[in-house]
Amino acid sequence: MKNIRNFCIIAHIDHGKSTLADRLLDVTGSVTAREQQAQLLDSMDLERERGITIKSHAIQMDYTYEGEQYILNLIDTPGHVDFSYEVSRSIAACEGALLIVDAAQSIQAQTISNLYLALENDLEIIPVLNKVDLPSANPEEVTDDIVDLLGCNPEDVIHASGKTGFGVENILKAIIERVPAPKGDPDAPLQALIFDSVYNTFRGIETYFRVFNGEIKKGQKIKFVATDKEYNADEVGTLKLTQIAKQSVKTGDVGYLITGIKTAKEVKVGDTITDFANPTTNIVEGFEDVKPMVFAGIYPVDTEDYEELRNSMEKLQLNDASLVFAPESSAALGFGFRCGFLGMLHMEIIQERLEREFDMTVITTVPNVSYNAFTNKNPDIPFIVNNPSDLPDPSTVNRVEEPYIKATIITKSDFVGNVMSLCIEKRGMIINQTYLTPVRVELTFEMPLAEIVFDFYDRLKTVSKGYASFDYHPIGMKVSKLVRLDVLLNAQPVDALSALIHADNAHNIGKKMCEKLKELIPRQQFDIPIQAAIGAKIIARETVKALRKDVTAKCYGGDISRKRKLLEKQKKGKKRMRQVGNVEIPQQAFMAVLKLND
Amino acid sequence: MVDAICKEIVLRKCEIDGEIATIYFGGGTPSLLTNVEVDKILSTVYSTFQISENPEITLEANPDDLTKAKILEFSNSAINRLSIGVQSFFEHDLKLMNRAHNQTEALECIVLAKKHFENISIDLIYGIPEMSSEQWIANIEKALSLNIPHLSCYALTVEPKTALEQFIKKGIVPPVEDDVAQEHHAILIEMTEAAGYDNYEFSNFCKPGWESKNNTAYWQGKPYLGVGPSGHSYDGNQRSWNISNNPIYIKKINDGELPLEREVLSTRDKYNEYVMTRLRTTNGISLKEINENFGLIFSEYLSKQMIQHIDSGLLCVKMDAIIVTKKGKFLSDGIAADLFMINI
Repeated sequence: MKNIRNFCIIAHIDHGKSTLADRLLDVTGSVTAREQQAQLLDSMDLERERGITIKSHAIQMDYTYEGEQYILNLIDTPGHVDFSYEVSRSIAACEGALLIVDAAQSIQAQTISNLYLALENDLEIIPVLNKVDLPSANPEEVTDDIVDLLGCNPEDVIHASGKTGFGVENILKAIIERVPAPKGDPDAPLQALIFDSVYNTFRGIETYFRVFNGEIKKGQKIKFVATDKEYNADEVGTLKLTQIAKQSVKTGDVGYLITGIKTAKEVKVGDTITDFANPTTNIVEGFEDVKPMVFAGIYPVDTEDYEELRNSMEKLQLNDASLVFAPESSAALGFGFRCGFLGMLHMEIIQERLEREFDMTVITTVPNVSYNAFTNKNPDIPFIVNNPSDLPDPSTVNRVEEPYIKATIITKSDFVGNVMSLCIEKRGMIINQTYLTPVRVELTFEMPLAEIVFDFYDRLKTVSKGYASFDYHPIGMKVSKLVRLDVLLNAQPVDALSALIHADNAHNIGKKMCEKLKELIPRQQFDIPIQAAIGAKIIARETVKALRKDVTAKCYGGDISRKRKLLEKQKKGKKRMRQVGNVEIPQQAFMAVLKLND
Repeated sequence: MVDAICKEIVLRKCEIDGEIATIYFGGGTPSLLTNVEVDKILSTVYSTFQISENPEITLEANPDDLTKAKILEFSNSAINRLSIGVQSFFEHDLKLMNRAHNQTEALECIVLAKKHFENISIDLIYGIPEMSSEQWIANIEKALSLNIPHLSCYALTVEPKTALEQFIKKGIVPPVEDDVAQEHHAILIEMTEAAGYDNYEFSNFCKPGWESKNNTAYWQGKPYLGVGPSGHSYDGNQRSWNISNNPIYIKKINDGELPLEREVLSTRDKYNEYVMTRLRTTNGISLKEINENFGLIFSEYLSKQMIQHIDSGLLCVKMDAIIVTKKGKFLSDGIAADLFMINI
């Protein structure tokens, strides 16, 4: 046990976490040249393409240092705020953390909040200044930032480059010398923390865990505490690039477990694994049932594909337990599903995976958060509204509550004004403003989660010229003045376009919504009025004029073929649209409300 | 260039089986040709192919090219029809569209042409920025008063990378409004109808018996041979088009090579083109022809697709033909697309 080191990596997106991790694998000889492929740890195509880690991963390295053999367990963590709970569990499985900071970009909000998590868990922090080889690197200043933040010595900051491999030996040395070996009682009853699970088509769910006390043996009868289910440990082992089956995984080590579980839902990240016959009384703290934060409808473009969509969603859920969905129907879109996601990125990922892995073209409706509505009849019992059309008749509503978050934004002092006005526009209230360094400011706001869903990231990026990072945590529900904004196309309400909006913004958003839809809905063979309404009151109106133009041009020998192709293309485009009443609506129109400022 | 064109005609001798009914000098500015050059091309055509008894031979001409001398010259050739790109009888419109001629030339050349040619067509453009309905009416009245047997009228299309596009972008000239174009189109239909013209194709109007035989052939899917740079041809199965670059065209022809690209039309392509072009004409779509030429699968598909448009009053059935109604006329492209058969 004294030669085991468990560590994770804390880094902002693009700060080079995965590249540096690959370099560690290289130097420790954990990968053969044949296995090398850029960013080994990101196994989904989507992760590699976007350069982000969506799932946690774990890998074991062997390293000989000063004549002694060490086992280094790296637990890679997701790099996006949507997955912050998974990050927290990965951190809880470690004794140390590499804090990777881009030598040009310095520390970002997301990094800081994960750093706090690591410090709360008493992790030994090893600061690493990455990308020092870049011409834009500013190692002195960024080192100062790190020293200010951690209160460490400048010498403790390791300079490295994931690209060239510079500094990697020093990182390994620091992991061994500075990260404490795991503590724990090998003779105590089994106590292990689940920090991730992965779906394997042939073997079912693989559960990744860290043993704190006792050991987990092949064939042992075990129990998951939170779900209160028992299983047989069919196979246990450690995680090299491929899995290495073992007779047991001992105290302090990290490993995988196969029990024949078929659905990811049964394996909850944060849960404790213990022995069935001799259970631990010591449950790993911090378990939470992750709740979806953002909801949206997912509908097949072709109504006939409903069953296929259901199958695809079920398969996705096998390896993504945080995806929840329930059937719903929309007057405009027919049968589909109301889905809950961890956040906007998670939603995009699901949509993209449906298209790529299952070849399903879907319509995603305007995302919304989960509201509590209280009726006059039952003023104390919340009625949960996950879909704008579920909001009870306004005349019967006593009040509506919406989820609030504490948002942390770190930006350059030049952009403080811009960021503040954006947050205030988004109904935020400033709570705190701290100068981390003379030029870097941390702003803390309380604001409605719903405002983050509506084009917040893009706007933040614009107003700060990209120099702002953002992180948030839910802080509970607050009463709010909300109305439902409905959209009518050709005088028919399209329920899938409805949104719950703060009353003060409703007129403005209604107007922009009509303008945006006018842009997105292609001209058809008749005028299409677009109206925004609150209840029976129309608050904005636009018209998509009928399409007629091309017919008035010449059509002779050389024009015929070109014109036919043009019309064929037009017709193909229509096939990807959804007919509501007699209006053809393209996929993007259902997300229009998110792009109002583009 | 004329030599190359004549060479191409000879090279493509075997492409035409039957008699040629029409000859058309068009595209670019054929009115720049001299009488001698026209004769040279025509005599090559005559010696290479079989020509019907009274062929329609049209020349497209710009008003500024049609001087008195030139008209006389052409009248001495075999040309028997002129298509004159008048565009408008108003100075303001001509300037906006960057035309080389002025309003005086527009009018004078017609008066002169009428002395030597009976079969004349003029082009007029509507939906021009700032063109009022009154101005458009005045344009049509002028054409009617000149007693021209054939009119081709198009709505202005703002082409990319033109001066007009820049003016509109910069706000110097107001954009073209669809509503205005539609109103102009309605005026056009009403006035020509009252004057006894047939709207035999969407953009074409003529006094009975004065249809453009050449252009009608396009809409009937008949084969045609186009020579010269950018010339398009159709043999009933495949379309081909010559390269547009003049020097390369001449070089290839001199090397005895045809500088063209081809595209073979599938039955589906032919069906779609049939639907698209026929909807533009008073002949309309014949279910019987569809059945004979494309088979039951197409006629059944068409019958199914057309119902919604008949219900909404955009299409109607007259005898065997499916034609667009007055209400549907402006929308015939969209209707055609709906009737198209496509695979995704």
